[in-house]
Amino acid sequence: MSRRLELRQVSKRFGDIDVLAGITLHVEPGEFVSILGPSGAGKSTIFSLLTGGLDGYGGDVDFDGRPLADARRPFALMPQRDALMPWRTVIDNAALGLEVQGMSRKAARDEVASLFGEFGLAGFEHKYPAQLSGGMCQRAALLRTVVQHRAMLLLDEPFGALDALTRTGMQRWLQTMWDRHRWTVLLITHDVREAVFLSDRIYVLSRRPARVLREIAIPLSRPRKDLASPEASAIEADILDTLLDPQPAQRT
Amino acid sequence: MSQPFSATLRIAVLFGKVGPALLSVGTLVLAWELYARLSGISPTTLPAPSRVLAQAIQQRQALFDNTVPTISATLAGFACSLAVAFILSMLIDFFKPLRSALFPLFVISQTLPLVAIAPLIVLWFGFGLTPKIMLVALVTFFPMLVALVQGYASTDRDISALLHSMGASRMRIFRLARLPSSLPYFFAGLRISITYAVVGAIFAEYAGAAKGLGIYMLNAKNNFRSDLVLAAVLVSALLTLVLFAATALIQRAAMPWERLDAARKS
Ligand SMILES: Nc1ncnc2c1ncn2[C@@H]1O[C@H](COP(=O)(O)OP(=O)(O)OP(=O)(O)O)[C@@H](O)[C@H]1O
Ligand SMILES: [Mg+2]
Repeated sequence: MSRRLELRQVSKRFGDIDVLAGITLHVEPGEFVSILGPSGAGKSTIFSLLTGGLDGYGGDVDFDGRPLADARRPFALMPQRDALMPWRTVIDNAALGLEVQGMSRKAARDEVASLFGEFGLAGFEHKYPAQLSGGMCQRAALLRTVVQHRAMLLLDEPFGALDALTRTGMQRWLQTMWDRHRWTVLLITHDVREAVFLSDRIYVLSRRPARVLREIAIPLSRPRKDLASPEASAIEADILDTLLDPQPAQRT
Repeated sequence: MSQPFSATLRIAVLFGKVGPALLSVGTLVLAWELYARLSGISPTTLPAPSRVLAQAIQQRQALFDNTVPTISATLAGFACSLAVAFILSMLIDFFKPLRSALFPLFVISQTLPLVAIAPLIVLWFGFGLTPKIMLVALVTFFPMLVALVQGYASTDRDISALLHSMGASRMRIFRLARLPSSLPYFFAGLRISITYAVVGAIFAEYAGAAKGLGIYMLNAKNNFRSDLVLAAVLVSALLTLVLFAATALIQRAAMPWERLDAARKS
């Protein structure tokens, strides 16, 4: 079976700033992979490049064994902030992707409505985003992402803006959801514990210009409950060392 | 929502909002009244507000007859200006170079002194509705255009990126994201422009018209009836206030989420 997504030596510069300096990574079908890296490293840039928001980059990107250009919009993106439209109700926000795909608003609403319970949003269909808590906004944004039925989800720091308690709750919830649906996910995060808790594999990026410093498989069995197990803690400490230890070859 | 006291409560809140305004206007009018009565100034120079009001009531038919054309000129001119501003703002949003090509021209159009331009436009286009519409459009068009263009530019980049990732066309992104994002700017521009619009219409009438508040003021002035000039000013001020309030009401209806946003931010 071919890999779902494969990046080989992908590089990108903005003007005279090198942002990505040869990123090589891959994601298998049904796999949950995270990208960890310092702020400003170029993580979101990888997603922009995958979703066609940028032109001109070096290297190759393959999707399901063929060049990405041949694939028809294989990604559903969840941008770094929730990007909910304040002027649309929650249900219309969730249905946005389906509407853009050409479905009528009515049909799109009907399709997403059945998922509101599972996403903990029942009863909030006709509220505006301003009436939701931060956690609910993130769930609404995630709902908008998964209903597009794309081959792969790109989640850019989905819980970055949440308080610690809500974030932990959301991480557990996401794991349960992933266990049930087995989406292929590429997740960007700053949060080492989040990455260890959710992922099958983790790529650790350097500071800008970003390179892959390490690739780490997480052999912990699922479902994962105990964040403080010795194995998890050891992996976490190991990754933190990699991130925090300023390597001599690295520019700042 | 339907508690019995909520109506009273709302009136109290409303009064809390308009109370200070009433107080300041009231004080001003009172000071004026006292000055006009006690200083011995001639009523042809400065009539007391009470006299202005009495004359306004007495002349209400004439005032009304002259207000209707002003309202139509204002609204027709404003509608034209809105339509053109909207179409141009869209073109500019899609072809950015248009902006640098056209904006200097529009800025210059805003520096033209109305006193000079109004008689010329009347000279060219006659005493009918056309010159009024043109003048109203001249003073309101640019603020509306700027408001719209700025509004589009205020679109959240994440929302644009999201729509792009979903495969939305530029036109689709415009309709789904850029247009709704521009609404707060649009309404801010609308509130400013609607006041300019009334002034523009009166100016145009002042320069020449068969009927209208502007020509009514001119005639009153020529007959040394400053009380009637001020009565017409009063009507135009009320007209502006009504239009202003109408835009605020439309905004509330068009943007129900806005108050929620404001409540969350404060
Ligand atoms: N369109 C662009 N034009 C110019 N520079 C850009 C553009 N997009 C991103 N950059 C630059 O690229 C670098 C990486 O940005 P990116 O958003 O990918 O970082 P990130 O790793 O996602 O950071 P964070 O964790 O803070 O979200 C930054 O220095 C940023 O200023
Ligand atoms: Mg980012």
